[in-house]
Amino acid sequence: MSGLDRRTFLRGALGGVGVTVGLPLFDCFLNGNGTALASGAPLPLRFGTWFWGCGMNPGRWNPKTQGAGYELGPELQPIADLREHVTVLSGFNVHLDGRPNHPHKSGVIGTLTGEAPAKSKDVPAPTLDVLISDEVGSSTRFRSLELTATGSAKDSYSLRGQSVVNSSETSPIELYRRVFGQGFQDPNAGEFVPDPEVMLRQSVVSAVKDDRTRLEAQLGAHDRQRLDDYLTALRQLERQLELQLSAPPPLEACRPASPPAEGRGGSEVGHAEQTHQLMAKLLVMALACDQTRVFNVVFSYGASNLHLPGSQTGHHQLTHEEQLDEALGYQPRASYFVDRSMEAWAAFVRELSAFPEGDGSMLDNSVVMAHSETSFAKIHDVLGLPIMLAGRAGGRIQSGLHVAGAGDPVTRIGLTLQQIMGLSVDRWGSGSMETNRAVSEIFA
Amino acid sequence: MRRLTAAQYKQTVFDLFGSDIQVAGRFAPDTRRDGLVAVGSSWGTTTPSSFEQLETMALTIAEQALDETHRAEQVPCAPDSPTTSDDVCTEEFVRAIGPRLFRRSLTEQEIQARVAIAAKAARKTGEFHTGLRFALASLLLAPEFLFRIERGEPDPLDATRLRLTSESVASRLSYFLWNTTPDDELLAAARSGQLVSDEGLVAQVERLLASPRLEQGMRAFFTDVYSFDQLEDVSKDTLLYPAFSRTLVEHSQEQTLRVITDHLITERGDYRDLFTTRKSFMTRTLGLVYRVPVATRDGWEPMEFPAGSPRSGLLTHVSFMTLHSHPGRSSPTLRGQFVREAILCQAVPEAPADVNFTVVQETDNPQFRTARARLEAHRTDPTCANCHEIVDPIGLGLDTFDAIGAYRRTENGVEIDTSGHISGDAFDDTRDLGSLLHDHPAVAACFVENLYRYAVGRDPALSERRLLRYLEERFEESGYRLHALLKSITTSQGFRTASGARSVETAKGGET
Repeated sequence: MSGLDRRTFLRGALGGVGVTVGLPLFDCFLNGNGTALASGAPLPLRFGTWFWGCGMNPGRWNPKTQGAGYELGPELQPIADLREHVTVLSGFNVHLDGRPNHPHKSGVIGTLTGEAPAKSKDVPAPTLDVLISDEVGSSTRFRSLELTATGSAKDSYSLRGQSVVNSSETSPIELYRRVFGQGFQDPNAGEFVPDPEVMLRQSVVSAVKDDRTRLEAQLGAHDRQRLDDYLTALRQLERQLELQLSAPPPLEACRPASPPAEGRGGSEVGHAEQTHQLMAKLLVMALACDQTRVFNVVFSYGASNLHLPGSQTGHHQLTHEEQLDEALGYQPRASYFVDRSMEAWAAFVRELSAFPEGDGSMLDNSVVMAHSETSFAKIHDVLGLPIMLAGRAGGRIQSGLHVAGAGDPVTRIGLTLQQIMGLSVDRWGSGSMETNRAVSEIFA
Repeated sequence: MRRLTAAQYKQTVFDLFGSDIQVAGRFAPDTRRDGLVAVGSSWGTTTPSSFEQLETMALTIAEQALDETHRAEQVPCAPDSPTTSDDVCTEEFVRAIGPRLFRRSLTEQEIQARVAIAAKAARKTGEFHTGLRFALASLLLAPEFLFRIERGEPDPLDATRLRLTSESVASRLSYFLWNTTPDDELLAAARSGQLVSDEGLVAQVERLLASPRLEQGMRAFFTDVYSFDQLEDVSKDTLLYPAFSRTLVEHSQEQTLRVITDHLITERGDYRDLFTTRKSFMTRTLGLVYRVPVATRDGWEPMEFPAGSPRSGLLTHVSFMTLHSHPGRSSPTLRGQFVREAILCQAVPEAPADVNFTVVQETDNPQFRTARARLEAHRTDPTCANCHEIVDPIGLGLDTFDAIGAYRRTENGVEIDTSGHISGDAFDDTRDLGSLLHDHPAVAACFVENLYRYAVGRDPALSERRLLRYLEERFEESGYRLHALLKSITTSQGFRTASGARSVETAKGGET
């Protein structure tokens, strides 16, 4: 996390293409370099994932040229005006190592855990965001925030194991309440009066922690592991309470808005876009207020259930059942949902890039990995998965490149992201996906 | 160690503090394993976001339980002064409520920790009852409340067996039969060690079975085994199905549970008759889809479909037909899979990754106008045939019910043929399918297995196969009566034995 000096920052900023620097500087809050708050703490660095279901058509999605200024295929047109912010990583594979290709599972679990699952519901290791939030998440009120635009709290790819699911927020209003409702401390409120109830809540939590010690001695290995998960959760609450007892450092960009409109819920694509947009705005403000530094967004879940009103078949069904159009060479009705998903991704990136922070945007201090569970969904292909990185991670990486993976394991990307986020790790993944090669082309 | 499900948590709170208590907050979704949330609860844990919610719930429940209208019920003593702490009264309160929350006696240390919290909070706030509130909240947030800890002890008659302690038998019994925490009488029996003896156990089992709360317990079981929790996430295209609504979904679930509990508990009927019964209960909302008149404006009325009606047996209910369909179309495949997995306890293999479904979609192809024709074309592909041959011929028997369970005779102008077979046993139509299931030996055996798994929260070990066969035989002898089966399960050695420790959940050992 440390060691980010002005030179590193500028190298990062200028290494990209067509960088615009010149947004207003909040001098009173920033140090002389514009890389840190006046208190000396660096600007928070965020990690996020953004998932959409049912992949893409490789011939229409993969950029034609490599490096900066890559040529966009038709399915990436929605990011045309954001290309400088988005690096495309094509041609990276999940290696199954002789395991079955579990439809809509192997690709995403392989990408996020570095190992293809042996059985359909296996989660062989914690997902990438959990590894990262274990490192950076305990300094903020929330270790991570999970959001889904299509309505089911179960739709989350933030997993410590098969049974430890960080379930998703499904409603913009609920998300607002959780972040900006009770327990939220406005960092710019001026005077600070600690709530006396917080100390009483601390004593409640601490008594419960003592109960746990006695119980632990009586449990078998698996139950002890579950009790550990309980303890991890409890410590996060302790951290939240602790934060509430001291005045938060001022954050100029933190200006919580009024409660949002309620999303309409469900998986009709127009409704999902609306819910997603409302949630993205709230998330950006949550990040600006430094409530969390890790987030996971599910636009549509694996085997995407996005659909159009009045249609018998949704996205996932279409990928399997729609004829390939001979003249076009793809499935037009299924691909319509790829376009809509990429438009949603573009909208998400735009929210972050339009939000000024430091002498750049919030996106500059973030790295967000967009990914899906397949490339060509009709055959559940886990080769050549579509992956994108948005943001410059506080100058640690360049953006706006296309790197073709040429069949390399997707774990190279996961390893790179962990390193960017400051984890001390030089090797990641299992079996033939184990790798010590980061995607160094993108380093600043 | 089993995590309380959302329903169990709520019911426990209602039973202890009053049914008017608001349990405000969101629970982490219950996770299902091998078809049952009850089995998943043996794996369930706590995440940071769910713990935040649990703390909020604990504080708000404790606040309500000790407000002016409820405190007389909860606090067995009067404090010296309402504005200061009173350790004696606090301790009396904790000793009364603690065992009902932890389902066992509290240790001295656990009690004194709560007395200390209450004293500190009363001093800071100047209110005795606010002090109690924080003490109670800390009990509600404790792992011993949120998880049911099943403890074993060596059986004095058989040193190789770890029998459940009397207190753990009480919890297992109560959550199995009532889906809630043990009542005072059961706790007293547990404390005096009665539940490790045959007579003591039988007496309590009979009392629990005779209670009206048995219905609540069995509703929870059927909700679990039929995955009715997933109905919450079902959405249908409302342009195609204008009658679809949240109310319809809720009523359809309630209808199925009413038919089941009326038949099995009130009428003490034969379990197998559920697959052929024409008796039902209706609301006006349901009447629109079933196309029957309903006189009662707001509420339920009993009714019976005429002989010869295709509405014969549970499987023809709107609930199942809605749950096992696509948003815009019925699905013989999903329905067949449900029957195989949940009714017959048989495994259906996963579809291969490179499957080609193209022809299933061609709803406007004049050659393949019904789902049957499309699926048959799909089944000619040998890689698909294996699985579809297992599931489709069952599901096609239900294809006269559309994606919300409304009856239709034709699809695209062609009459729907509901004949099919289950592993070679042919049936002519939907009614015949029900009769076939009624007499299918796997149906009763599957019910026994599911109830047993639900009771113990895990899959049976190989060594328990004999026990299951014994339970099946007793079930048959009883004329397939639920009460008899519940009694054989709860008095069996398997039910009274601790499940034993599991090794750490590893990459490869995940789902068993």
